[in-house]
Amino acid sequence: MNTSLIELVKERFPTAASSSHTYRGDETVVLRRELLLEVARFLKEDPALQMNFLMDLTAVDYSTFGKSPSPAFFASSGVAVSPSSQIPDKDPWPGPPAEARFAVVYHFYSLKHKHRLRLVVPLNETDLEVDTLTSLWAGANWLEREVWDMFGIRFRGHPDLTRILMYEEFEGHPLRKDYPVNKRQPLIGPVN
Amino acid sequence: MTTDLEPKTDKTQSAPAELETREMMLNIGPAHPAMHGIIRIVAKLDGEKIQSAEVEIGYLHRAFEKMAETVDYNGVIPYTDRLNYCSPVINNMGYCMAVEKLLGIEVPERCHYVRVILSEISRISDHLTCVGASAMELGAFSVFLYMIKAREYLWELVEKVTGARLTVTYCRVGGVKADLPDDFAEPCAKAFEETRKVIDEVHGLLTRNRIFVDRMSGTGVISQEDAISYGITGPFLRSTGVEYDVRKDCPYAVYDRLPFDVPVGSRGDNMDRYLVRMEEMEQSMRIVEAALRDMPGGPVLVNPETGRAIPAAEMVDLAKVGNIAAISGACAKIGPTLEGSEKAVHASIAADEKRAFLPPKEDTYGNIEGLMHHFKLVMLGHGVRPPQGEVYFPVEGANGELGFYVVSDGSGSAYRVRVRPPCFAIMSALPKLLVGGMMADMVPTFGSVNMIGGELDR
Repeated sequence: MNTSLIELVKERFPTAASSSHTYRGDETVVLRRELLLEVARFLKEDPALQMNFLMDLTAVDYSTFGKSPSPAFFASSGVAVSPSSQIPDKDPWPGPPAEARFAVVYHFYSLKHKHRLRLVVPLNETDLEVDTLTSLWAGANWLEREVWDMFGIRFRGHPDLTRILMYEEFEGHPLRKDYPVNKRQPLIGPVN
Repeated sequence: MTTDLEPKTDKTQSAPAELETREMMLNIGPAHPAMHGIIRIVAKLDGEKIQSAEVEIGYLHRAFEKMAETVDYNGVIPYTDRLNYCSPVINNMGYCMAVEKLLGIEVPERCHYVRVILSEISRISDHLTCVGASAMELGAFSVFLYMIKAREYLWELVEKVTGARLTVTYCRVGGVKADLPDDFAEPCAKAFEETRKVIDEVHGLLTRNRIFVDRMSGTGVISQEDAISYGITGPFLRSTGVEYDVRKDCPYAVYDRLPFDVPVGSRGDNMDRYLVRMEEMEQSMRIVEAALRDMPGGPVLVNPETGRAIPAAEMVDLAKVGNIAAISGACAKIGPTLEGSEKAVHASIAADEKRAFLPPKEDTYGNIEGLMHHFKLVMLGHGVRPPQGEVYFPVEGANGELGFYVVSDGSGSAYRVRVRPPCFAIMSALPKLLVGGMMADMVPTFGSVNMIGGELDR
């Protein structure tokens, strides 16, 4: 079964995947967002794949990738730290999606075949919108709301794209890298 | 008397058209005695029937994922305790195994067993809390007390190993904080004996109790298809008959070597979830017993002739004057918080990877290499630094699949940590479970969800 998942997706959608890799045994397909819904439906319905679980849906803001002086929280010491790979890798990770600030990350699982696949959909900051998967998985509803809440990525066709963990009046999207950790917002309830 | 009553019942069954009926909005929560957790449900009621329900979460949001980006890799572990605070070791283990996958290191076999033992004990205490609390909400208060009593025995075990009861912070990237104490099997057997007694008692009190069964069976029903569509896992999914358990289907640590069964229900209602949890506790005890039997002994590195214990401060002094002969092979007498991580057992609880795990205290105090090794890991700008990459690692939490998605940019803190909280999926299905049911059914249904605010809102 190994490595054939990526092949299966590529075979069916030769233009969909912009790249793919297997890192630490996690199979990943980086996908063009136009074809997300079709690929997801294929993953769910194809008898060889049968990915009936949408296990997780999240996003990553890659805007400061490889640039952060870390750990940011204790950065007052002034020690500049450049990222380095201390433990060398035989099969290195190809890196974050090029020229895209955000990546929406989907983890699928197949109950029958017991395999997992990760889909990564890179998004540019100018156009943060991707198709919703609520028509295929009911669980996508809340997960997509959380991504909207935390990253400000919109899901086209979502029935109720509102904040979920933060309150409606909250300004900004806290998991974006440009949202400061120490920022406080006094507003905690509706203004009457 | 009877003639008096009859027309009344007739009236209520067919209300005349002119009688005004209205939908009622009922706001339940955020703080409510029958809810273990802060959550708000806005229900629209028709009489006692729930027409629609809106679930509002986020009251316990503590920005776990944001905080995890600001501290070093080992610094995230205390935060993971607070995700599912009923079974903290499972969270510790899931996070550490995700980072270990990223680092490409494997912990020693004994360490795997130690983690499995502790996480199964946590699973039992989690299920005890869940079943006990839901029984209490249905009026069975003594069941709650009995189960908390059993949990107390288990927490004493946890305390013996980790030094803490609730927020244990036990695992480390590349190992665990301390080995099991020497005489662990004996108190463990005793605690399990007590737990089994309590489980038998609870079976006697609840499983055939008419009141309990009437409220549990047939309420909060969810079909297999719906459960899968919502991404529900764990006991909740297994109650519908789907035999999915991460420990069996994607085995990690040493679960593939340990004997246990995965109990499944058939109807997907509250009663089945109760029975699945009750049986899982027994299975977890089986796992722990087998693990204690099978686990390899720790390597004893200390020479018995020179391996006497020296107080740590004295060891530092000896090392300072260069008296290496006096301290080589000796154990440091260390404080109780470091018990179980002595040099003698260090190799069995920590991965053989100097770039990830602190040296034993004997080396830190006793030689310059050890001291440097220690500081290379704890100093700002050093520490555990995995190569760039992204991994997803699932473990079986008490509520279902608990997954950690960790992205590293090669620096000393994680670039992104995402946790897939198992009860998030279940809570998103809550409106579906409630709608169409009676108001009173909400209490057992919500109880069987086992909502844990810490992991739901993060």
